[in-house]
Amino acid sequence: MATMNREETEALIQEVLEIYPEKAKKDRAKHLAANDTSLEKSNKCITSNKKSLPGVMTIRGCAYAGSKGVVWGPIKDMIHISHGPVGCGQYSRAGRRNYYVGTTGINTYGTMNFTSDFQEKDIVFGGDKKLAKILLEIDQLFPLNKGITVQSECPIGLIGDDIEAVSKKAAKELNKTIVPVRCEGFREVSQSLGHHIANDAVRDWVLGRRDENNSFESTPYDVSIIGDYNIGGDAWASRTLLEEMGLRVIAQWSGDGTLAEMENTPKAKLNLLHCYRSMNYISRHMEEKYGIPWMEYNFFGPTKIEESLRKIAAFFDGNIQAKAEQVIKKYRAEIDPIIAKYKPRLQGKRVMLYVGGLRPRHTIGAYEDLGMEVIGAGYEF
Amino acid sequence: MSVGYGGIKCVESGGPEPGVGCAGRGVITAINFLEEEGAYDEDLDFVFYDVLGDVVCGGFAMPIRENKAQEIYIVVSGEMMAMYAANNISKGIVKYANSGGVRLAGLICNSRNTAREDELIEELARQLGTQMIHFVPRDNEVQRAEIRRMTVIEYNPKAKQADEYRSLARKVIENKNFVIPTPLTMDELEKVMMKFGILDEEDESIVGKTAEELA
Repeated sequence: MATMNREETEALIQEVLEIYPEKAKKDRAKHLAANDTSLEKSNKCITSNKKSLPGVMTIRGCAYAGSKGVVWGPIKDMIHISHGPVGCGQYSRAGRRNYYVGTTGINTYGTMNFTSDFQEKDIVFGGDKKLAKILLEIDQLFPLNKGITVQSECPIGLIGDDIEAVSKKAAKELNKTIVPVRCEGFREVSQSLGHHIANDAVRDWVLGRRDENNSFESTPYDVSIIGDYNIGGDAWASRTLLEEMGLRVIAQWSGDGTLAEMENTPKAKLNLLHCYRSMNYISRHMEEKYGIPWMEYNFFGPTKIEESLRKIAAFFDGNIQAKAEQVIKKYRAEIDPIIAKYKPRLQGKRVMLYVGGLRPRHTIGAYEDLGMEVIGAGYEF
Repeated sequence: MSVGYGGIKCVESGGPEPGVGCAGRGVITAINFLEEEGAYDEDLDFVFYDVLGDVVCGGFAMPIRENKAQEIYIVVSGEMMAMYAANNISKGIVKYANSGGVRLAGLICNSRNTAREDELIEELARQLGTQMIHFVPRDNEVQRAEIRRMTVIEYNPKAKQADEYRSLARKVIENKNFVIPTPLTMDELEKVMMKFGILDEEDESIVGKTAEELA
């Protein structure tokens, strides 16, 4: 395979920068760099997590997008209120293809929009009373909900509503989990802080709820899938592979996931982390508090899937390892003809990735399996 | 709206309970509401907005924006924080003076009986480029009127304090001195205080020392 050397990469970056005016060029230069695999920390090689300039690739989202859209939204048996004016919830409604099983509006609520629809008087006089009423109404109209989250939009942070107090009071009255999330959109420069805030909310309001409850029957092969949002159903594929190699998936975070799964996750033997950026926080927390090890995996493309299956199997006994080999063999037979069909047409083609979440890193192997060369990768956020 | 003594029309906008909501947005909403509902008809001689004593956010600056007000009178006393707030409000006026016609029309000294208060406020006014339009002395007649929910002139038109307010009113009517203020820096403000003996010469060693420690 033809690979670009460092000089060629740097020449390409220079070519990209040429078009910019002097000031913009100076700034953009900090955001583009040749890959240096010897560097362990990203901040040593490239500038990120900074406010981006309008017009220079700014599709980044906000903290609300990171919490409501990414982390909490897919929890299907909870109702997520977009707390604030109507637009944030309505125009992001069902925008992500995070599929789930269930009857929407009865026992699952993924594609619905719940909002407190703030008006002028809610800003001036505060929205706490309205929120309290909404929580009660939701529970009357959708009695099969397992819990409610309050996803803060910008005004909540500006006017300082006490959503925690309202949530605590309603949780007691309804005997349900109600989670206030301080994910006001204006906080920080991208959706990344929203992930962190959402993780912290899980930690503070959900994770420890079954610490004293041992009714869950564990097995030595219990694992949980963390940071897999079932976009287009990909968490289901992850689950299938893990179950075929003899593991028991006790929780999906959060694609097609439930509140009960989240509460049971501290009983897992291993946390398998797909999207590091959005859920490393909770994985690290479970490692510290419950001693559960976590491991990153990559289920994009046969080479990376096989590597990951072997890495996961190595954590368990010989039986699991043998089954992992069987799984690999089984799917090799399916994948080889597909690669044989497309590789001749794609071989040597160059790829530039500009995608979100884990994909700039994780999908490289999949392109390489098809004989393609990834010459650049960038994160949307 | 209630019509009170002397045919004065009064609207109280109210606001959120303490610790809730956003009073700044409340000011914006209230003033927009008055306009939308046609509160400013031709037979009004004066419109007074009585708003919070500082411009802590955009909302409280609303009355000095977009030509809502023409003349700003800042009620101040000889206390440092009151003067600080008056200076802040002047900064707000500067910000909006060029986009609209709002001007500083004077300081009203509402006396707290601090030392050399009249001279102090006259000096502050001079440095701001304006005037102390009137010095309102301290008088318990105000409290006696307030507790009866009356104005001083209504409660006791013969009181000395009533004449003070009449005099203030006449000065406001006759006032022609409208300026874009020149706010002071913090250092300049402290110098004014020193000049009138409120603060001693700048002496860093007294910062954080109690009166007892300095005695």
